[in-house]
Amino acid sequence: MAEFSAHTVKSFDEDIAQLRAVITRMGGLCESQIADAVDALVSRNVEAAAVVVENDKRLDALEAEAEALAVRIIALRAPLADDLREIVAALKIAGVMERIGDYAKNIAKRASVVALSQPVGPAVIIPEMARAVISIIRDTLDAFVDRDAAKANAILSRDQQVDEFYNSLFRSLLTFMMENPHYITPSTHLLFVAKNLERIGDHATSVAEMIYFTATGQRPAERPKNDFTATIYAPQ
Amino acid sequence: MNPNPAPNPAIGHNIVPKMTARDVNVFYGQKQAIKNVSIDVSSEHVTAFIGPSGCGKSTFLRCLNRMNDTVDGARVEGRIELDSQDIYAPAMDVVQLRARVGMVFQKPNPFPKSIYENVAYGPRIHGLARAKADMDNIVESALRRAGLWDEVKDRLAESGTAMSGGQQQRLCIARAIAVDPEVILMDEPCSALDPIATARIEELIDELRGRYAIVIVTHNMQQAARVSQKTAFFHLGTLVEYDDTSAIFTNPKATRTKDYITGRYG
Repeated sequence: MAEFSAHTVKSFDEDIAQLRAVITRMGGLCESQIADAVDALVSRNVEAAAVVVENDKRLDALEAEAEALAVRIIALRAPLADDLREIVAALKIAGVMERIGDYAKNIAKRASVVALSQPVGPAVIIPEMARAVISIIRDTLDAFVDRDAAKANAILSRDQQVDEFYNSLFRSLLTFMMENPHYITPSTHLLFVAKNLERIGDHATSVAEMIYFTATGQRPAERPKNDFTATIYAPQ
Repeated sequence: MNPNPAPNPAIGHNIVPKMTARDVNVFYGQKQAIKNVSIDVSSEHVTAFIGPSGCGKSTFLRCLNRMNDTVDGARVEGRIELDSQDIYAPAMDVVQLRARVGMVFQKPNPFPKSIYENVAYGPRIHGLARAKADMDNIVESALRRAGLWDEVKDRLAESGTAMSGGQQQRLCIARAIAVDPEVILMDEPCSALDPIATARIEELIDELRGRYAIVIVTHNMQQAARVSQKTAFFHLGTLVEYDDTSAIFTNPKATRTKDYITGRYG
């Protein structure tokens, strides 16, 4: 864990602490947005889905706040070394978190359409997949709060697990659609929900990479990927 | 031959250093100001010396052209070479050395003479010009290289001390380069200048790079980051870290360097 002693100028530390607090809040909000979106999807709760869509604005506002803070720190403090890496990473992480929020919002929007049709069998994997994604975000935030390169590094391989969920769901939904053509609408939406979760996993992992870089000044080794859906072909 | 092969290859293995310092210790009376500093300086790069006040960076800079000789009680140990020649050897002509290793100080210090005479003084005492026309050429070329010619060409007879601070400092740089040195040492050359004059000097340093080995002592971290390619961090008389400037300012190896450049020191 990186040792951080105080700056001679105290307000510099306060600025950084404030920026880090915004990022942490964004991360927490991302977790709850994904959980709530998937809950709304599974429980077919259109009202709850609407709340998720509405809450996304909070993430957008936090991103703007993080950006303004980071720009201010760069302009006023001219940060260097680990400070510089931290501010630049915070700026990027805020952008990624906002993006993650958009995926969660998109899942919530699809929940209201999916609620119109009969349940689709393979969808039972989605809450599992969401839990895997949320745990990656939670551990990434822990690594961020502790500035812990080892924790961040341990997260990098976990995206494969999400990719495996996605591969499996992709195959079962394809098969399901072939057997039940009148389920194509909800199945396609669920496919996009799965794709969104897969993207979130990927983004969360890239945040872990940024945290690793901030803490060490080195880029982590190339991380393994396991999403093969781009080459899956289902014979007629 | 150098008795101690480079322990400090931060300038790159394939680059021949212009100046080489090995195990340099400097004492002011009983007090040791520099402890075992070894460093190579090349003509390819601008080298910045940074560190808190009293860390020894200016003391060390002044060793490179024996300016410490004039300080009572100052004693320099170790070996400093210019093109593999020991500059502290008894046979070394100090006046000649200071022509080869020029210096620009914190406060602009033009002679109370005309702009022309300020630049012509060095070449004259070193016998670099035979005729008036030769001297005119030397003065013009030095003022051009210092980025001052267009501003002063019509008032060369005016006093150097009547110019603005930034112009005076560029005049001092012109004076230093008029004797065609190989190394230019700059001791906080911009600390008394406004941002525009500072930017001009920084631009000038960039233009002079490659032609001269330039070593600059600065308290301005951003300036060191902007003008230099190699940075040496001094602390309590020791050389803590010497590396590419980009590495020092984005990912320093030593905690002391990091604490200093990020504003956590003292």
